[in-house]
Amino acid sequence: MDLYLTIIVDGLIYASWLFIVALGLTLVFGVLRILNFAHGGLYALGSYGAAVAVPFFAGLGLPDWFSIPAMFIAALSVAILIAPLIERGLLRYFYGRDEVLILLITYAIFLILEDATKMIFGVDPYYVFEPRNLLGNLELGSLYYVGYDLALIGLAIFCGLGVWFGLTRTRIGKITLAVINEPEVSQAMGVNIGRIYLLAFGIGVFLAALGGAFTSPLISVQPGISVSVIIVSFAVVIIGGLGSIPGAAIGALIVGLARSFAVYEAPEAEIFIIYFVMVVVLIFRPEGLFTPAKARKI
Amino acid sequence: MNQTIRVFGLAALGAAIFIAIGFALPLWLLFTATKAVGFGLIALGIVALMRGGLVSFGQGLYYCVGAYASGLLASRLGVSDIFVLLLVGGFAGGLIAAAISPLIARYRGIFFAMLSMALSMVLYGVLAKVTAIGGSDGFNVPEPTFFGWAPGVESTDLALYVVAIVLAALVAAICRLYFDSGPGLVALASRENELRVEYLGASVFSVTQRNFILSGVLAGLGGALNGFALGHVDPFFSYWTTSGEVVFIAILGGYASTIAVFGAALVVELVRSFSGQYFPESWQLFLGIFLLLVIIFLPRGFGSLWARGAGRRKPAAAKERNS
Repeated sequence: MDLYLTIIVDGLIYASWLFIVALGLTLVFGVLRILNFAHGGLYALGSYGAAVAVPFFAGLGLPDWFSIPAMFIAALSVAILIAPLIERGLLRYFYGRDEVLILLITYAIFLILEDATKMIFGVDPYYVFEPRNLLGNLELGSLYYVGYDLALIGLAIFCGLGVWFGLTRTRIGKITLAVINEPEVSQAMGVNIGRIYLLAFGIGVFLAALGGAFTSPLISVQPGISVSVIIVSFAVVIIGGLGSIPGAAIGALIVGLARSFAVYEAPEAEIFIIYFVMVVVLIFRPEGLFTPAKARKI
Repeated sequence: MNQTIRVFGLAALGAAIFIAIGFALPLWLLFTATKAVGFGLIALGIVALMRGGLVSFGQGLYYCVGAYASGLLASRLGVSDIFVLLLVGGFAGGLIAAAISPLIARYRGIFFAMLSMALSMVLYGVLAKVTAIGGSDGFNVPEPTFFGWAPGVESTDLALYVVAIVLAALVAAICRLYFDSGPGLVALASRENELRVEYLGASVFSVTQRNFILSGVLAGLGGALNGFALGHVDPFFSYWTTSGEVVFIAILGGYASTIAVFGAALVVELVRSFSGQYFPESWQLFLGIFLLLVIIFLPRGFGSLWARGAGRRKPAAAKERNS
């Protein structure tokens, strides 16, 4: 019994940070039609940002709890610094071109970010454990969990609801939906679609960095974390259906639970199982589980 | 017929020149060139797919299959003849590609790229855990023989280089003829407009399938060659970053010429060894900037600098409307 509880809780924790990252990926694809390879690099930047920001703010003599806002600030600064650079500086010249071509461009950005990160932060690992000690431990049955890990699940739900609310219940969100469906007509109606694209891309970058920042206390922040993240979050959004928010949630749950099941029951299948699930889903549902309905165009 | 003679004549001439140069080259350069041919072969397979508008981010799978099949045959069963081993590598890559092709030929664009990548990661995940064949460390492969001749440690690199050059010339010539033939040109047409190709009576599905199997054979050959060039194979052959690098080479070479990919592969390998030595932390940075520059300024690759019809630019507007 305890084993299954462990599997489920671990799966949920893994799924929650994965969902935050994948949410950004799927949002960017939904609005800009870009599958962003660089997402993993932005995640890594978020991690490094948090690894630098947490000790920095602690050094200013701020109380311990400030490490949580510090991680938010790190993610936000990554978004504000990097998103306009990539979107306005490069990507916007390629809108409307082949999706695969844009995929290659983001792959180039990924390569550049990878080494730029190494140049800025060096190759030695960073550790930030302070935030993880903040929320104490929690007893579940006979098991103990770190409160911080469980709080990640809450953060994931908050992010998902936030994006959903922003897209469907606010003015700017509704304009974004219009731009997704018909960019040319929206532009003719007076929408500044460049601004919408920048905003969506910025939120996508923010979510990647946020996922990275909040994972940093769980891992050692070092070169190479972006490579594995990007491929797992691709699997999540492909399973769920590109551009779908509920899809990203279901995809993250499937991948998270499958992985934690493999870790406990069949450790040799840990890497294999994620991609195996993705292949199976693609065979039966070529466009993923939840593909958003598309307006038919003639 | 004339074209066949011309293409093979050129290939033979080119191979003879490069082999002659090879005798004057230092060992490290021979090794780099051999490895570049291996990557060039896989990249040529991606070029075959790119002509049909598809980019595979999972050619590492067939590369790895070719390397493991020939490597296991050599290390476990003692088969040492390089030509047999290359054939086995190519055959194994082609066989797996043929098995996967009915499934993957239904996909387009990003989904094609992602499914191929997922498949290669499945193989990576499996191989990394199968300890009987080395797990994530892989295993060493013995030195090959050439028609029964074992050249010894010093001359194996040169012999392997000669084999690689002959292989590259042969494959480049065959691909040139295939790309220019009727069945090969259908791929270019389906890149522009699949529906029209279907209306004209050709099957886009079978064209894609054929090109996919071809790319599997080429990747398998490349895997076998590189396995022996490196003397070692491991699951990273199938990791997605390996596939990504080869896509990079294919973009660099472009699909206007079948020789360009080998040049591109050599450039990338040289950049990698030099920056690996002098700027170990930033070679990906150069690679990324280089890739961006090529996409922006040479959208059809290096090959478009000399290949026929390079002046004809594809109207970008037509593509925009469709996507």
